[in-house]
Amino acid sequence: MSFDIDVTLRRGDALVATAFVAEEQAVALVGPSGVGKTSVLDMIAGLLRPDRGHVRVGGRVLTDRAARVEVPAHHRRAGYVFQDARLFPHLDVRRNLLYGAKDAARLATIAASLDIAHLLDRWPRALSGGEARRVAIGRALLSDPEFLLLDEPLSSLDALRREEAMRLIERVRDDSGLPLLLVTHDEREAERLCARVVRM
Amino acid sequence: MESVWSIVRLSLLVGGVGTLAVLPVAFLLAYALARGRFPGRTLLDALIHLPLVVPPVVTGWVLLIAFAPAGPIGGPLERWFGVTLLFRWTGAALAAAVMALPLAVRAIRLSLESVDRRLEDAARTLGAGRWRTFRTITLPLCWPGVLAGATLAFARALGEFGATITFVSNVPGETETLPLAIYAALQRPGGEDLVWRLAAISVAISLVALLVSEWLARRAGRGVHVL
Repeated sequence: MSFDIDVTLRRGDALVATAFVAEEQAVALVGPSGVGKTSVLDMIAGLLRPDRGHVRVGGRVLTDRAARVEVPAHHRRAGYVFQDARLFPHLDVRRNLLYGAKDAARLATIAASLDIAHLLDRWPRALSGGEARRVAIGRALLSDPEFLLLDEPLSSLDALRREEAMRLIERVRDDSGLPLLLVTHDEREAERLCARVVRM
Repeated sequence: MESVWSIVRLSLLVGGVGTLAVLPVAFLLAYALARGRFPGRTLLDALIHLPLVVPPVVTGWVLLIAFAPAGPIGGPLERWFGVTLLFRWTGAALAAAVMALPLAVRAIRLSLESVDRRLEDAARTLGAGRWRTFRTITLPLCWPGVLAGATLAFARALGEFGATITFVSNVPGETETLPLAIYAALQRPGGEDLVWRLAAISVAISLVALLVSEWLARRAGRGVHVL
């Protein structure tokens, strides 16, 4: 079992709610913008606490409101790739990649596989959007995660780059073998990358 | 009368110690105001700003009452530690620190509020606990604001007059900083020459302080302004 999610969160007037149990390694969360897909990722990563429900990933209980279980975000080992990359602006690419790294020796391998080895001494502000996203993926992978959360990894890419990025995600998915939850508003993208599609 | 250089030295000592003393306090208060949600927050904010709006003489008088040998703080200080701040350079540094507090808090608070909390979230998902997140993300990102606060505090401390002369009086060689020395020289016939020199030195020190802080802020801000 990869993801067992059942969460409800009221944010102002909006209600964010989803529930699914997935056996598949890769799961896509699909829905129109504003429905709260990113909030669901935040709840799985421990950045938001649901009002009610539970989060279990790979059999590990991360949140269980009824049992008052709430594993803090820094102990969840989530490889969270944010939509806006969120690279640390005061650290160069190398130090961004190593920020959560347990094993710095993997840097070279991962940098090469993401085609970012030539960017290591650059500052985040000098990266293109696509480069920043690859660095963000590398940073998440190097933190030795137990599962991956990808928030709209293909948005704002042109057709050519999109194809490249999809291949990259397929490779990350297959090489890491980790449970992967991908948020997108594009059904075709979801069906190609993930064996299971959940609609919100 | 003291020599010009001993006046300058004393001013730098008072300003430097005052700044160093006020920074940790200012940072804690700024952090509480920027991040905390607690009852009395607005009142705390107002209290911190008091030295900015109350006549400095009043601030000096309050310090005098509090730190007098029979005062609520001065009494225990003298009894338990044998320390008194009255008529001492340490008292001048305290007056400077109190007067600089609102400026330092404002600068640090603004920079703390401009730190992107989503970057702190990213650090947490990468395994960083509260302290590591603070040390490696929050603090470096607000560092230019801390430097700005330190510069403002130092400039304010160098120029402090009213609270200082009320609290610790004008004791040459002990509490006679640049502004006090300039004022004293103005009262003396034939003191204009000294006033010119001291005023020029004041301007020079302030200018250097501003340039140094600008340079430090640029160095610290290398990557900070663009995400």
